[in-house]
Amino acid sequence: MNEQKSAADDKLVIGGRTYTSRLLVGTGKYKNLEQTGRAIAASGAEIVTVAIRRTNIGQNKDEPNLLDVISPEKYTILPNTAGCYDADSAIRTCQLARELLDGRALIKLEVLGDPKTLYPDTPATLKAAEKLIADGFEVMVYTNDDPIMAKRFEEMGCIAVMPLAAPIGSGLGIRNPYNIRTIVENAGVPILVDAGVGTASDATIAMELGCDGVLMNTAIAEAKNPVLMASAMKKAIEAGREAFLAGRMPRRAYASASSPIDGSFF
Amino acid sequence: MQITVNGKTCTFEQIVTIQDLLDKLQLTGRLAIEVNREIIPRSLFSTHAIHAGDAVEIVHAIGGG
Repeated sequence: MNEQKSAADDKLVIGGRTYTSRLLVGTGKYKNLEQTGRAIAASGAEIVTVAIRRTNIGQNKDEPNLLDVISPEKYTILPNTAGCYDADSAIRTCQLARELLDGRALIKLEVLGDPKTLYPDTPATLKAAEKLIADGFEVMVYTNDDPIMAKRFEEMGCIAVMPLAAPIGSGLGIRNPYNIRTIVENAGVPILVDAGVGTASDATIAMELGCDGVLMNTAIAEAKNPVLMASAMKKAIEAGREAFLAGRMPRRAYASASSPIDGSFF
Repeated sequence: MQITVNGKTCTFEQIVTIQDLLDKLQLTGRLAIEVNREIIPRSLFSTHAIHAGDAVEIVHAIGGG
């Protein structure tokens, strides 16, 4: 009875909204909008990130808009501050995003330190987070796997903390599972691994460590078959979450036989 | 009248409001606009006047991670 209850009630709550899917996906790097839509549908994701950029002046006017394919009515759109290397441009991006989405103030904050590693610039991220929170934004913050910083971001009012597994687009999987676990154990807000996931098992490991969700983009978009990988990731997240809730067996240094010795006839 | 739109200098005749500019550029759909670094709400597109030398940024949502 207890087991059934925990599985059915196991929802992700972010910013006061409840979600069934613990997989969040990005919309970048796809071949075209049609593939984007199919992959996102296959992933089962309910929260989808977008970037904010200049419109193309003078280009194809009949070209469909991303938000025509990924409707804000059906999905929770999570604008990011990708490409921002300082707090001011991140803040400006969030303000434009809020206007674009009719006042919805949920954002993914990322302030990068250098273009080669795309590692977060922590001091700049802190500065941006402080101003955005004061301005009423609900900040999901992209950060490194430093447990002290993760707690700082939580304490200042970020609604979710998103430590990287590995650099954005690297596909290296979780480089420091012990730090991720420590962050999860200390957390009072949702912890989502964001960046560096490469394949399904990476996502499962994140969930087995106790993360509340995983955000990924390249792992799906750069798979040879993105729609199939999206489906794999959906299952990977569910499997990892169930394994976490089930409570894994302990690791042992030596063997523990699964079949009894009693009744052996040899 | 000369203004900057998305970083490019453009010359327009008969542009009075933001909506005039969008009509001239044939831009529709979900957009957000800054004029001289100030966000102009959608509700004011038909009334906010554009002046010579204004720097206009027109943005939308695109694919990203």
